[in-house]
Formats: sequence, C-alpha cells, structure tokens
Amino acid sequence: MLALAPGLTLSLFLVPVAAGLAGAAAPAFGYLPALGGDTFSLEPWRRFAAYPGVAGAIAASLWTGLAAAALSFALTIGFAAACHQTRLFALMRRLLSPLLAVPHAAFAIGLAFLLAPSGWLMRALSPWATGFETPPDIALSPDPFGLNLILALTVKETPFLFLMLLGALNQVQAEKTLAVARSLGYRPATAWLKCVLPLVYRQMRLPIFAAVAFSVSVVDVALLLTGATQPTLSLLILRWANDPDLSFQFLAAAGACAQILVALGALAAWAAAERLVARLGRGWTAAGRRAGAETAARIATGGLLVVTGVGLVALVGMAIWSLAWRWRWPDALPGEWSLRIWTRTAGEAAEPGLTTLIVGVLAALIALALVLACLESEDRKGRRPSTRALWLLYTPLIVPQVAFLFGAQVLLVSVGLQGTWGALIWAHLLFVLPYLFLALSEPFRKLDPRYARTALCLGAGPNRVFWRIKAPMLLRPIAIALAVGFAVSVGEYLPTVFAGGGRLTTLTTEAVARAGGGDRRLIGVFAVLQAALPLLGFLAATAAPAWIYRRRRGMREGL
Amino acid sequence: MTAPATLHLEAVEIALGGRALFAPLSLSVAPGETATVMGPSGSGKSTLLAYLCGTLAPAFSVAGRARLGERALDGLAPERRRVGILFQDDLLFPHLSVGENLAFGLPPGLDREERTRRVGEALADAQLDGFEDRDPATLSGGQRARAACLRTLLAEPQALLLDEPFSKLDAALKDRFRRFVFEHASARRLPTLLVTHDPSDAQAAGGAVVTLQKGSEAQGPAR
Amino acid sequence: MPNRLSPLKRAAAVALALAAPLAAASVPAQAEEPRWTETPWSAVAQRAAGGQVYWNAWGGSEATNDYIRWVADRLEERHDIELIHVKLTDTAEAVRKVLAEKSAGRDDDGSVDLIWINGENFKAMKDAGLLFGPLDEILPNFALIDPEEKPTTVIDFTVPTEGLEAPWGMAKIVFPYDASRVAQTPASTRELLRWAEANPGRFTYPAPPDFTGSTFLKQALYALAEDPAVLLDPAGENFEAVTAPLWAYLDALHPVMWRAGRDFPKSSADQIRMLDNAVIDIAISFNPAEASALIAQGRLPETVRTFVFDEGTIGNTHFVAIPYNSPNKPAAMVTANFLMSPEAQAKKQNAEVWGDQTVLSFSRLSPEARALFEDLPRGPATLPPDELGPTLPEPHPTWMTRIEERWLARYGA
Repeated sequence: MLALAPGLTLSLFLVPVAAGLAGAAAPAFGYLPALGGDTFSLEPWRRFAAYPGVAGAIAASLWTGLAAAALSFALTIGFAAACHQTRLFALMRRLLSPLLAVPHAAFAIGLAFLLAPSGWLMRALSPWATGFETPPDIALSPDPFGLNLILALTVKETPFLFLMLLGALNQVQAEKTLAVARSLGYRPATAWLKCVLPLVYRQMRLPIFAAVAFSVSVVDVALLLTGATQPTLSLLILRWANDPDLSFQFLAAAGACAQILVALGALAAWAAAERLVARLGRGWTAAGRRAGAETAARIATGGLLVVTGVGLVALVGMAIWSLAWRWRWPDALPGEWSLRIWTRTAGEAAEPGLTTLIVGVLAALIALALVLACLESEDRKGRRPSTRALWLLYTPLIVPQVAFLFGAQVLLVSVGLQGTWGALIWAHLLFVLPYLFLALSEPFRKLDPRYARTALCLGAGPNRVFWRIKAPMLLRPIAIALAVGFAVSVGEYLPTVFAGGGRLTTLTTEAVARAGGGDRRLIGVFAVLQAALPLLGFLAATAAPAWIYRRRRGMREGL
Repeated sequence: MTAPATLHLEAVEIALGGRALFAPLSLSVAPGETATVMGPSGSGKSTLLAYLCGTLAPAFSVAGRARLGERALDGLAPERRRVGILFQDDLLFPHLSVGENLAFGLPPGLDREERTRRVGEALADAQLDGFEDRDPATLSGGQRARAACLRTLLAEPQALLLDEPFSKLDAALKDRFRRFVFEHASARRLPTLLVTHDPSDAQAAGGAVVTLQKGSEAQGPAR
Repeated sequence: MPNRLSPLKRAAAVALALAAPLAAASVPAQAEEPRWTETPWSAVAQRAAGGQVYWNAWGGSEATNDYIRWVADRLEERHDIELIHVKLTDTAEAVRKVLAEKSAGRDDDGSVDLIWINGENFKAMKDAGLLFGPLDEILPNFALIDPEEKPTTVIDFTVPTEGLEAPWGMAKIVFPYDASRVAQTPASTRELLRWAEANPGRFTYPAPPDFTGSTFLKQALYALAEDPAVLLDPAGENFEAVTAPLWAYLDALHPVMWRAGRDFPKSSADQIRMLDNAVIDIAISFNPAEASALIAQGRLPETVRTFVFDEGTIGNTHFVAIPYNSPNKPAAMVTANFLMSPEAQAKKQNAEVWGDQTVLSFSRLSPEARALFEDLPRGPATLPPDELGPTLPEPHPTWMTRIEERWLARYGA
C-alpha cells in the first residue's frame, strides 16, 4: 500500500493536468465541437497575433513576473546575508510565515487603496502637506510601468522564498561554513554570499521556478493593480474567456497555450541568468576580496523591511475599512464608523466559511497523508524519487492555472463530479500538495536517520518507528506544513470556481464575487475573514507543538 | 531469554558503486567478549555496523554473511535481528521522557506493572533513580549516555554494536562510561563489536582488534 | 539501480484504473422529460414544488444580493422551491459552464437552472442553442408586459428574444455628478466635450469591454453619427464612415479626461468610487436609481445628483433565462414568473431596496397591483420618470464588438 503512494500521488496530478492541457490545446487549434469547431486550423493563432496589444501584454507579463521574482530573491538572500544569526532574522522567521497566509487578492486591494492618488498615503498627507484639495491626477496606482504589480508580487513571494531558504539553510551547516569564512577575514554578508548561497541555491531553485511561473501568469493580483490599458497576457486571456461572443473561447485557448510558452520562456530566461550570475560569482568569489557586499545586503534588508511593512499596512487598511461606514478623501481615518457591514455579512459568510474550513482541513490532511506516505516509502526504499517524477508533482505550480483548469473542468463535468465535495477537495489538493511537499520534505529528510535506526534496533517495526518516533519528532514541521497547506487552500480562487461549479463556495469565491461591486467596506470584511482562518491555522501550528512539548527542551526550535 | 550466542562475520565485504570499501572481513566474537574494529575515517567502520543492524542503504552491495549463533542475519528486518547499537550520540528520543525512552526498548507483551518495574530497575542501575518523568534534555552528558545504554539493553539484544559511543565524552566521563558499558555487556554475555579510531577504546575493550584498511587485506587478529 | 521511470508508469496505471469506473458511471439513465413549454401551467407549478434552482447571477452588489435573498424566502414559503444564488463575477462564467456541460455531453443534468442575462451573452447562448423555451406562452405574468410600450422587453440588443428569456428589469444610462462641484451639467454629448475642456481631468469612462464604458461609446455614436438608424442593422462596410465622427470626438475628449485618457477605470464600480473620492466630478451609471441607493448605503456623498442628455440615453432590459440542460425547469419557470410578478417588481423598484425600473406595463395591471408601485420612495438623486428623457435602443451587437476592437487598437494598448 505504502509502495503505491508515489504512483497514486503523481496520478492525482498527471490526469487533471494532462486533461486540462489537452482541453486548452485542442480549441487553440480550432477544435471545440460544442462551438462548431470540428476541424483543426491555425485561425485562433492568427486572431491571437492580430489582437491589439498582445505583444505589449506579453512583455508586461515577462517584465512584471521576472522583476518580481528577481526582487523577491534579491531581498531574501540580501537579508539573509546581512542578518543571518541575528535577532532580526529570528524575528522575521516568526513574522513572515504568517504573512504567507494572507490571501493575495485581499492584500492587492489593500495595496491599491494605500498607494492610489486618492489612497491612504495621500489622504494622510493632504491637504495639509501636499496642498491637494482633490486627489492629484497622477499615475501612482495603477502605474504605467507595472511597479505596483511588482511590489505586490514581491510581498507575496518574499515570505515564500524566505521560508524555503530556512529549510535549505538547515541542511547545509551554514553556521559552520560562515564561521570558517569569517575566520578567514571575510565580512559577514560577503562570506554568506560567497560561501552559503552556492550551497543553498540548489534547494531553492524549484521554489524560485514556482515563484517565476506564478508571477508571470498571475490573474487576480494583476487585475487589481494594472491599468486598464496595460493588461498582462493573463488578463487578456481572462477578457477573452469572459467575452460574450463564444468564438473568443478559441482565442482564449490560444492565449492559454501562449501563456504556457511565456512561463517557459521566463523560466528559460531565469536559467540563463542563473548561469551568467554563477560565472560572474565564481570570479568574484575567487578574487578574494573580503568585503564588498555589505552595503548591498543592508539595502536589501531595508527593502525587505519596507516590503513587509507595506504588506502589513495594506492589511491594516482593509481591516479598518471593514469597520467604516463613510471613509472619503481626504479623511485619514473613517469619518463614520460602523459595525453594520459586519453584522449584515456575518450570517452570509457562515456557510462559505464552513466550506472553506472543511475543504482546507481535509485537503491539508489528505495532502499530509500522501506526502508522508511518499516520503516514508522513499525512506524505506532508501532512495529519492527521480528528478523527473518530482517535477511532475510541481506541474500545477508551474503550468498557469488558466491554461489547464478549463480542460480539467470538462473532465469533471463529463464524469459528473463538478460541484461535489470530492471534486473541490481534489482541485485544492493539486495546489495544496506541492506546497505541503515543499514545506515538509526537507525536515523529513533532514531528521537524523540514526533515531529511526536506533528504534529499529530496539526491536520496533517500521510502522511503530514511524508513528512513535518519526511523526512525533516531526510534529512541529508537520503542523507548519498543515498550516501552509490550509492557507493555500483558503486562498484558491480559480480551482474553487471550476470544481465547485457554483454549488460550493468558499470565502475566497464570495470575496471575489463581492470585489466586482467595489465596496471596500465589504471587501474589508471578507479580507479579514479570509486572513483570519489561515492566521489561526499558523497560530495553532506554532502553539500546539510548543504546548505538547512544553516539558521537552530538546523539541524546541531548530529540530 | 535465549542462550548466549557467538557473532560470526564470514568474509563480509561491502561495496559502493562496484568499489569495495574494505577487503573481506571474517571475525567471530564470543559471548561476553568485545572485539574492536579500527580504521581511519571513511574506511567503512560504520557501514559495517549498519550492515549488521540491517539498516544499510540499498545502494551498497554486500558479499559474505553474518550469523548470530546459528541464526543468519542477512535478509532479516532490523527489528527482528535482536542486535542492539549505541552511537556516538546518545540519541535519546527528545519527545519522550527518560522513562518512556527506556520503555520503548522493552519487549512487547509485558504487563504494565512489569514494564514499570523493569524501567525502574534499569534507572536505578544507572544511578538515575526516580528519573522516569524527566526530560532527557535536562540530563547531564554522562546520565544521558547511561540511559541510552540501558535502553539498548532493555530490548534484550543478543549482540551489541558500539559505533564510537565514547568519542564525544570528556576523559573522566569516557573512562567511567566505558567501564559501565563493558561491565553490562559482559554481565549479559553479549558478543560486542566496537568500532573506533581511539586506541584507548580498543585497549579498554580488551578483546581482539581488527584494522580495516582500504584496498588491502584486513589484518588478522592481533593484540 | 532503481528504474527512473517507474513512478510514471505506476501513475498512468493508477490513473486508468481510477478513470474507468468513472467513465462508466457517467452514462446517463434519464427518463423522458415532459415538454414543459406545452404543459398546463398548473402542472408545471405542481412539479416545481420541492425543486432546487441554482440561479447564476452577478454577485457584486449587496443590494441585488439582498433582493435575491428576499426572493428566495418568498419562493421557499410559497412554492417550496429552494433558490440558491450562485454569485458570479461575470455572466460569461455561467455561459462557459453550460458550454462545458454541452462539450461533455451533459444534456439533461446541467448545473445552471437560471441565468441573469442580456445582450451579447443572450445572443451567444441563443445562437449556440443553449437556452430553453419559449417561455412567453406559458409564464402567466408575461401577460402583464406590453411589448408595444416597452419594445426592449422583446428585442434584446436588436436580437428578438423569441421568448427564450423573461424580462426582469429596465436599465437606462444616467450621469451621476457631485452637485457641490458641478454647477451646470452638460445637456448633450457635444456639450460634455466642452465641459471636459473647461474642467480637464474631471471626467472619464470605464474602459471597454466594460459594459457601461462600451454603452457610453455607443451612445456617443448615436449623437454623432450622421444617420443613427443604420446602427440597428449589423455593422458592415459602412463601419469606418459611420464611426469616423466617434473617433474624432474621442481624440478630442481623451486629452482633457482623467489621466489625459491614458488610463481608465476598469469598471463602473471603480468609477463610482472615484466620484465618491472627488477624483472626478461626473460618472456614468446604468441604473437611474443607483446613485440614490449608493447614497443610502454610504457609498456616495449626499450632494450627488443625476442628469441625462436631451438627445436621450441608451436603455435596455435585463432578463432571466433557463439553460437547455437545467434539471429543474419547472422550478426555474416558477421562479422566472415570480420575478415578473407585481409584488416582486414593486419591491425591486423601491429605491431603498434596489431601485431597478419595472418591466410591467401599468395599463395591464389591476388597480391593486398598480397601487404597489405608487408612492415608492424614489431617492434624492433619482430623476422623476418624466425627466429621464428619451430612451435610445441598443445598436446591433456587431457594432459593440467592432467598436470595442477598434477602441482597443486605438487607445487600449
């Protein structure tokens, strides 16, 4: 049974992704019988190429996605280089993982409110400092260069990369490496970049690729933070998919295929940059200069703190909105406070809230069982899954959601499962499982194998060793992984729409449906609810193991 | 309890990727005796013990065989071999209390009273009376080492493997703990195999000494 | 040496094993359904009891959501129908869902029972054969609508409805503005340009393909085209000539708009918020009572009023339709009929509830029913019916498609 786990798990991913891609590829070449397309042609591609602004949209996708990924990466490693082994590092470690839990659409709305010409920042300064009686007619948010989108994506990706970096750091004995380098006279940040980064980069590569792919194909954040005249490719696809003229479905399918190519192109660009940086880096490392990265690392630290601060302020802004009745320009705080929106929404939010909770908990638990089964099976066989098989697990993170979800929906509809709990949980698993795997695989593989060997030699069978030794010793990372999985589930929008079919709605689908009405107070209520569930999850994940092991000093941090 | 048996290694050779770590090794350790395997880092000492425990990674290939008395060890799951091991670190399970750690070693099928009694006795034996509920992390190095040793012995092994268990202790402690382990092993008439690179360990063990050497014939037993 | 491909092979095997029973289970075993359009209404109503209606309707407005909840309560207590509001961000989602079901061959157990729809989405579903009907012969409350008086109840964006959708409400373009900042409102499309030139940066419209933004363009075309009558026929060779004045007008208007016409609000809701925050002074709304409702909800200042152009503004009707594969057609029909009842229509027209204009014709209502509409609160910003000006019909949908395309090419990228 255990031996089947990797195959079963992979098939959960292969079937929908393959079906989904086929579902996107066929209409892209003119085949969609329900719309009268029963021959293959290149017509959708001709329309795609002729559509106004496609080139600009592709450029915008690549620019914002790659810039956001590069910036998140630079801030993460710059901060680690400057602050590794400091108090600040430990503090951010606690602060950033809950930030990962915050639904990014809610956050993007908060950011737009913060930075818009009529937004919070400008209200705080007007008219007394700026002299503006009405909001200035300037392009602050959205801006023509995609900077708002880049900032929002950076706030979202930085905690993720930081969490992955922590996992990688634990594996490589960074402290000792750093001590040696510093004893040779290297300044801390320079030592970190020259000696630790090359060690941890390998482990961070997959998460970075996921971040790149996500950033170039993101829909909801882009929708909220780009101007109407600077859409990214993903927004064009959304526009086509939503066009009342059903012949646009062909165009949308071609766009979805193009989106995959754009994502692959971005990954290729990143890989090329990797090679270049590695070559330059080797020269820099070998040149022997003992300092040189200190200022840059300090700037990155400042950047990380700013980004984190902006994220928190944006969220606080939405929380205040939920308590406002009137909050107009130029009031720095609501002119009229009220709980009316809360009391009116509370009843409506109960059912979707419960669905969110059930789906999130079940998806996280199933993913946990599958991940643990895969890891345990790998451990017992004494080998790791080949790189190729591993990549398959991450396909839902790399392949743009819009590209395969329509096809996956046809699959669900044709087997009559759309709108069922099973379908919804399965759709969430597609995204929960890879993240859970990312969060748990390193701690699991890092667990000193001699504990298990000792237990075996004490006469305990493999199952008893797993349940009595490994699982309890990994309680903390397991709890965190569950919280990560739950947070991912809570945030899923498109998979919920496609698999839930409107029959099952979550806080996120309700929130997005409400967002169209533009009522920030209502969006604030849903943002708070959406953020509260994962935050409680993280709180429980931190508190429960700490309480259970309150009398076990050896089980604190750093296992 | 079964009768004491001799641990036999017959032309054991372990290879990784087609390259032998050491030349075929033959060795017999009688009940109550301690043999020492010495060799430089990377010579395969720990790998040899992993083979005897049954926890060798599948990437390794093995020629030769190992027996405990008439019982062949090859192919047996680790938990059925009844071979105990002590590592350099005590490896007390950090999530269990000292008493639970020891109880984990006890054979199944004993009633609760019996389990409590045996754990209590073992703790007394290690001068850890009343430590049942203590957090292992609060114990001193010597206390932890003794607790780990007794946990291994409570599992009623028929042979004992020692993977440099003394190397991390300071000189005074090392001497006391070494005596503690050897006394208990010989009292239970266990064949004991020690791997170390510290000649003083070999001396204290007092049995045969084998030196593993890369790429050449292992040297025969010598004093 | 472990086989590198083995997890793949195993995965494929497991997938096949999983898929086989599912595929078998999907073969429908459906009894023949009666033809509900030819069944006596009493029989339909009888079968409706106990039914579930998944109503796919835009969920962005709390006023609408609250009203739909009120409808659900009435249907529950009177007809034992469970009405579930599936909140959409875009009506096209529901169209796509029905399309996916048709692709998958699910022709009698679809997941959508009722759609809030009109215009291009209706045309798309009608053309693709995705709608059930005709409903006008069987739903009793169709008799309360006089198509002569309200032609848009049977002609949806120039497309004959042929009973495939049931009228639900009337929309008409009005311009909400902040009276504390605008003393003199422009009375025509051409005057709007002069106003914008005098007040640069204080007007904008939502970027097409947003519905309200596209409608603003069509309306401008009515005012500017030499012969507006051609707009009721499909756009053809004449497109360039007919629309040339529109592009000239926009070329002049954009430089004096918000952000000099380089960016636009993405939706009507965005634009309303800009009016609230004094970013702009004049906005566009597709509901004459929306501004009043938003004032009551605390989303617009109390100084907001509305105006229309003397030359008239575009008006249309929005409908509900039943997909061809709804498994709950009787319950959906009873729901559609209730939505056209005087009680439901009067409730909806109340500005404190929603403020949406009724589709019913007073000439066909009983005195009691008519009384329901008397003395409904109108709201401070809503124009009285006699000041709403002429209603211009929607042009043929092809104009919208081509105008949107051209607009995107000229200004949108």
